[in-house]
Amino acid sequence: MNATKTIGDRSLWLVRRLLSGLIVVWAAATFTFFMQFLMPGERAQIIFNANSGNIGEIPPDQLLAINAKYGFDQPVIAQYGNYIWDVMHGDLGQSYVQYQPVTELIAHQIGPTIALAFAAMLTAWIITITTTVLFAGRDNIWSKAIGGFQVFLATLPPYWLATILLVVFAIQLRLFPVVGGNTVMGLVLPTMALALEIYGFLGQAVLREFTRVLEQPFITSSRMRGTGDFSVRLRHGLRNAALPGITLSGWIIGKLLSGAVLIEAVFGRQGLGGVLVAATSSRDVPVVSGVILVSAALFVAASLIVDLTYQLIDPRIKAA
Amino acid sequence: MNVTYSAALFRQNATHLPVSDPLLTVENLDVSFGPAHARRAVVKGVSFTVEEGRCIAIVGESGSGKSVTARTLVGLTGPRSHVQADRLTFQGMDIGRLGDKKWRALRGKRIGFVLQDALVSLDPLRPIGKEIGETLLAHRAIRTRAELTERVLDLLKLVGVPEPAVKARQLPHELSGGQRQRALIATAIALDPALLVADEPTTALDVTIQAQILNLLSETRERGKAMILISHNLAVVSQMADDVIVMRHGEIVERGSSEQIFGDPRHEYTKCLLKAIPSVRSRGKRLSSSSAPRFISAEGENIKGLTQSDIARPGRPLLEAERLVKRFRGPDGRLRTVVNDVSFSLGYGETLGIVGESGSGKTTVARMALALEIPDEGEVTFEGAPWTSATEKERCLRRSSISVIYQDPLSSFDPRWTIERIVDDALTKRDGGSSLDRASRQSEVSELLDLVGLSPAFRTRRPLELSGGQRQRVAIARALAPRPKIIVCDEPVSALDVSIQAQILDLLGDLKSHLGVSYLFISHDLGVVHHLSDRVLVMNHGDAVEAGGADDVFLQPRQPYTRRLVAAVPRFHFQAA
Repeated sequence: MNATKTIGDRSLWLVRRLLSGLIVVWAAATFTFFMQFLMPGERAQIIFNANSGNIGEIPPDQLLAINAKYGFDQPVIAQYGNYIWDVMHGDLGQSYVQYQPVTELIAHQIGPTIALAFAAMLTAWIITITTTVLFAGRDNIWSKAIGGFQVFLATLPPYWLATILLVVFAIQLRLFPVVGGNTVMGLVLPTMALALEIYGFLGQAVLREFTRVLEQPFITSSRMRGTGDFSVRLRHGLRNAALPGITLSGWIIGKLLSGAVLIEAVFGRQGLGGVLVAATSSRDVPVVSGVILVSAALFVAASLIVDLTYQLIDPRIKAA
Repeated sequence: MNVTYSAALFRQNATHLPVSDPLLTVENLDVSFGPAHARRAVVKGVSFTVEEGRCIAIVGESGSGKSVTARTLVGLTGPRSHVQADRLTFQGMDIGRLGDKKWRALRGKRIGFVLQDALVSLDPLRPIGKEIGETLLAHRAIRTRAELTERVLDLLKLVGVPEPAVKARQLPHELSGGQRQRALIATAIALDPALLVADEPTTALDVTIQAQILNLLSETRERGKAMILISHNLAVVSQMADDVIVMRHGEIVERGSSEQIFGDPRHEYTKCLLKAIPSVRSRGKRLSSSSAPRFISAEGENIKGLTQSDIARPGRPLLEAERLVKRFRGPDGRLRTVVNDVSFSLGYGETLGIVGESGSGKTTVARMALALEIPDEGEVTFEGAPWTSATEKERCLRRSSISVIYQDPLSSFDPRWTIERIVDDALTKRDGGSSLDRASRQSEVSELLDLVGLSPAFRTRRPLELSGGQRQRVAIARALAPRPKIIVCDEPVSALDVSIQAQILDLLGDLKSHLGVSYLFISHDLGVVHHLSDRVLVMNHGDAVEAGGADDVFLQPRQPYTRRLVAAVPRFHFQAA
């Protein structure tokens, strides 16, 4: 196969992936749009309550006014068309409660969440790689202990782990701030809380594969060339063993976005989690829809990155 | 790895070693595995020497300890192994008590090692050029990146890989089997080690590729390097080795020059091994020392009765394949013709051998004969009625008349089922599902197991608890259960040791003569096919190259391809007395 053809295949594959990603986002938009009709309460009533600050029956004239203003009096299909049209133009609507565009609201809060998710993923991979290369497949107590520790971490409820970390390292040892805001030090404990749980799953997958790979003939072959143990593990073992971990990472990214909600609550952090919780309890439909839509888009982007990473590490997988 | 020495040896090692000492000396080597309370001896009291420039072969079956013996020489017997020797010296250096660093300095530089099956012995994610470079880098044999590239390309050229610059950047799976094996050999000879150990270097290869690799190894020998060749293929060994060691159950049972071992074997086991090799001379003779089973049971009579009525109609063939064509879409999206215009017929009680190298389309032909694959063109008729053009519903009723045995029976068994259940399940498929009652099925299971030489004790065992030969016997019992007229055998003995292979081939021969069953016998091993087949079909790249009686095709091949194939089969250099 010549080089130009490979590049052609690759860009074709990318286009196909982006298109299917768009379909996922569109499906999420459609789902969230129709979901709002299943939520309890008239939308005009929610807006009236938020505007007036009290919970009372909405007067008929107000109802008509609000319905006309927000377009609730139009047929559902027209509302859906308008919504999709707006989304395509980057407009996720106005918050019912906070009087600002949803995009603005999300833009303010998305940074901390992405920072947290990224830091947690990176940390989990660093711990995984370190412990795997150092301890996996050895005939000693450490090798066994690591495996047990991973199972333990995977079974822990993350908010419980978060609380313990908070109590020990922030309140008693005072090493980190209790409520961190967006400082680097404030990111450490939430990151660890998330990363340790991810490591519980990721570490197990990679460790297991690494142990299997170490018994493969190509590992023995490499040792027979005089390659040192550390090089064998790093060069041949890790790369082969990382593959199931990368596959798993796609699933973990989905888990991270939901896990971040709890962790943000425990540490009082800003983030999409807080926005989503507040919006759901106040039935702020445009904000809920917006957060779900943005999460879907993030997930699509992350899966693409996972697949590209996989191809980079395993060139046998041709873009297809 | 622990190495213990007797006190006497410390004294011996203290004295200066004379220059005339052999390259490698192994004295009274013991290797065992497992913890102290459950230690399993794998190598027991093995002694041998290798002189400079000599080739010594270690032959034996799987589990004989030949590979473990070789791995001792590079200190890679594994973490749970226990190695003990009176003497273990290489180039005058005591290699029994080396630390990890000293071992590494030895591996690849002074002792090169080639494992079997390059597909799994090369890192699937690394270009072969990097794998070859690894040897050079590990011993700091190069200074610059440019020098590294140059040396790697030189090595690829040396081992005869075409377009070295392109291939160096390719991954193992992008290379052909022969090229992969060449690249693996290049990693082992990169630093021109004084001793090359080759552990089954040609086992996974087709016969023509095998011949090329053997040539390459011979070239290495011609450069004056010593070699230890480990193989279960005695013909390969007879071509290469100066001296031969025969191992069994971890012990050396016979040793001598090639001439002596192959021309005048003394030990009973060596004689058995030599006799077990199927070839033109073995046709019609038994390969193993087992005697033919007694076919006395009601089961035997039943099958005999059934088959004899069929034999009474010798006029028309049992299975006929008419101009079969099969195409598959390759990974690049293009259609590839895998079987191209292949016709054959199989008579009642006849064995048709299909022989060819990997990728020749022989397995696809077998799958079409079983109607597991429907030909794109052409048709298979079975007992005079449409077979591949019938509907699956119609075929289901007749499926019990055609059985199959695979190369690896383990993957064709449900690992959780007992042997009894495996055979019983096949019995319920007889005559398109008309069921026998439980009691008669039970007695038939016993008879079938008896027929394939397994005691009733095997009924309650599971596939994983059986040896390769026993598994293949169960597979044969299962194939016989529905009382088939044809058994399609796809490489049924390729994964077996030569003596086990001999037993299975004898069993297949016995069953054929007693039950009158026909075989469609597929193998890459010309000796096996010649031994068992009445007629032979030679395939190459999807084409039927040559067909005819087994002796005609193999002894007087008419087509150039068949001639090449026959010529590539390693032959004994010394005829057994």
